[in-house]
Amino acid sequence: MSDASAERRPHYLNVNYGLKSWLLTTDHKRIAWLYLIGVTFFFFVGGLFATLIRLELLTPQGDLVQAETYNKLFTMHGVTMIFFFLIPSIPAVLGNFLIPIMIGARDLAFPRLNLASWYIYILGGLFTLSAAAAGGVDTGWTFYTPYSSIYSNTHVALTVVGIFITGFSSILTGLNFIVTIHTMRAPGMTWFRMPLFVWAHYATSIIFILGTPVIAITLALVALERLFHLGIFNPEVGGDPLLFQHLFWFYSHPAVYIMILPGMGVISELITCFSRKRIFGYDFVAFSSLAIAVLGFLVWGHHMFVSGQSVYASMIFSLLSMLVAIPSAVKVFNWTATLYKGSISFDAPMLYALGFIGLFTIGGLTGLFLATLGVDIHVHDTYFVIAHFHYIMVGSAVMAYLGGIHFWWPKMTGRKYSERLARLAAVIIFLGFNLTFFPQFVLGYLGMPRRYHVYPPEFQVLNVLSSAGASILAVGYVLPLIYLVWSLRYGAIAGMNPWRARGLEWQTDSPPPTNNFDVTPIVVCDAYAYESAEPEIIYPPGRPADV
Amino acid sequence: MSTLGFPLFPEQASTMAGRIDALFFFLVLVSLFFASLICILIIIFAIKYRRRNDDERPPAIPGNLRLEIVWTTIPLALTMVMFVWGAKLYFVINAPPNDALEITVVAKQWMWKVQHPEGQSEIDELHIPAGRPIKLMMTSQDVIHDFFVPAFRVKKDVLPGRYTTVWFEATKPGSYQLFCSQYCGTQHSGMIGHIIVMAPAEFAGWLGGGATTESMAGAGEKLFQRLGCITCHQPNDSGRGPSLVGVFGKSVALQGGRTATADETYIRESILNPQAKIVAGFQPIMPTFKGLISEDGITQILAYLKSLKREQRVQEKP
Repeated sequence: MSDASAERRPHYLNVNYGLKSWLLTTDHKRIAWLYLIGVTFFFFVGGLFATLIRLELLTPQGDLVQAETYNKLFTMHGVTMIFFFLIPSIPAVLGNFLIPIMIGARDLAFPRLNLASWYIYILGGLFTLSAAAAGGVDTGWTFYTPYSSIYSNTHVALTVVGIFITGFSSILTGLNFIVTIHTMRAPGMTWFRMPLFVWAHYATSIIFILGTPVIAITLALVALERLFHLGIFNPEVGGDPLLFQHLFWFYSHPAVYIMILPGMGVISELITCFSRKRIFGYDFVAFSSLAIAVLGFLVWGHHMFVSGQSVYASMIFSLLSMLVAIPSAVKVFNWTATLYKGSISFDAPMLYALGFIGLFTIGGLTGLFLATLGVDIHVHDTYFVIAHFHYIMVGSAVMAYLGGIHFWWPKMTGRKYSERLARLAAVIIFLGFNLTFFPQFVLGYLGMPRRYHVYPPEFQVLNVLSSAGASILAVGYVLPLIYLVWSLRYGAIAGMNPWRARGLEWQTDSPPPTNNFDVTPIVVCDAYAYESAEPEIIYPPGRPADV
Repeated sequence: MSTLGFPLFPEQASTMAGRIDALFFFLVLVSLFFASLICILIIIFAIKYRRRNDDERPPAIPGNLRLEIVWTTIPLALTMVMFVWGAKLYFVINAPPNDALEITVVAKQWMWKVQHPEGQSEIDELHIPAGRPIKLMMTSQDVIHDFFVPAFRVKKDVLPGRYTTVWFEATKPGSYQLFCSQYCGTQHSGMIGHIIVMAPAEFAGWLGGGATTESMAGAGEKLFQRLGCITCHQPNDSGRGPSLVGVFGKSVALQGGRTATADETYIRESILNPQAKIVAGFQPIMPTFKGLISEDGITQILAYLKSLKREQRVQEKP
């Protein structure tokens, strides 16, 4: 069909209007937009905290903010970015929008539960923001006891209640994805024809369901100990402060994979599309996601090598942490091999994808330093750790998120953004990111501890470099906000498949109709069959979509 | 390094520093190799296979089992080398030599309190001799802290309610930074200090200098009498409580058939929460000393109990 007729056809955006039609929608595509607004808001709130942290660290003295304020800033930065941006970002926005379309379904299995998840997320976010407004919390996002449960006199209970509530949003989203993927695949969409994006979300959903209840219980125990002085973690009344660390990391390490697995799924889609090739080693990439999800539950003790836990426990956790590195390495090799003899173009999403591979490789390799027992002793709790996990969380997860947003933006909105500005932003983000975080590896090995408001003067030059990088990074993050919003009204009409990509989402209109496909499609070939000119779906004659 | 005007690599000032750095450089080499390999391949592919016309449709390459096996097993083997090498160092770091000089450290928000066996105490400073293994027996009065000396490449959490140890052997005299590296509240970044490493003779002078101080064990003995411990814990098993002579480090039979090792954490618990573990054959009559004794006091009692050797008891018997 022509672009003009696509614009006139009813789709999920123009089917009805008004605030109520959005706030009470059960359409997974509209709920994805609600999440997009939520996570974007929290991203910039978290970014504001980060800006103030980097400004304070320009000088070794504590001259911009007081120690108490600084401690609240890094706590609120971590809490906001992890629980309210990174965890929901790709699954709740892109996953929500794409999973049903990618498998040829009309919606998620439980559309109303999906909407409820968003309200729960926002409710939790408001609790946590109200804690920030009431004066903040200063425990670090890790809430280590007995500091959090006894000694801190900030708003710990309010904050953890917010995180507790938001956890249910993750659990319900995970449940929804698992049921949808099991029961709602279109005819012909076998498990091994599913896009790797869907596999990655399947693995992520397993972690959502198995891990999130543990953090909810753990944080509830912290709140109970604060409010009712139970002796769970407080050693003065017989509690064990290390028990908290075990419980906390039992969730929070897998949570790292919640944040990165969906990103890996995005990268598999981008690399194949922009090199016009099948993914190299589909089975290995798919199963490595599951391997990461399973092994990820068995490595939490590597956060406790200097905590005084048994040396034998540390040894097992070190060994298992080495093993969890392997599936990640397998993915990187397969993505690289996918480029081989491809037809590679450098559209903005591909720049993000290539940047991701480089930064994820550095982030993953430096993870090995932390898994290695002898070396971790020195770099534990220093800026080396900060640099490592920002390479994974920002360099990889945020790059993948932005790459995905750019890639599917024409599908979500029906419009194209300025390709030139988008490429510029991708390059700025890549450069700014490296300037911000690479010096922190050096700082960490020098011994600069994390969460230091005041630091020895010999560390200043590297900190200034880092802050300079952060200002470049900030420009890179604001740019897409501007040109993407601009494109909503002024962007060129995208058409059904502007990237000439394979995948069911590109076989329906942009923006898609409310039911995603007019008729339930029948899938007739593998994912990523870029070598083929054959259609990947056929429509049964005369069968309406909603049989 | 210094030509830049700021450091890029930390000083090596302990026997472990060079060994940890060697493993670190091995990891850096492996990382450089793989990061460069991936980057170079991506750049080569991106240039060589760039899209030349918009209708290109390259043939599919679904995968290659042999390659998958190669790039699974080689990284696996390399990570196993890292694991074994790292674990070996970790065991050394966690096994203090028997002849180590034992010094007590009590951490609190936001200071380090040090007590030497000879009785000298220091705040935010630790004087030690070079060339001699030092073992720190550490506990916290409040939240979790962490004892971190970058130049020694050592770090260990300091927990409330239990004792952790760390050991190191400084190699050259000088002053080295001590950081608290476990976030502990408002003045966390102010919980810093210095390790002052002296030549052995100089250190002996430092220990002997100043006002005459009482040894830790001596202070502990006084405390043992002042708090009335001695009335029940008599040396010859004639009291209402078990004799504590020679008990340190031994296995103790408890009521209910269990046993416990009489280490620092056990003795601390028995002072503060005596009902938690009752020695077999004795009544649970000991009151708690919580609030009556400080963490420093407990470490003095510990030093005293460690000084009570079994031989002494034999001599006292007649």
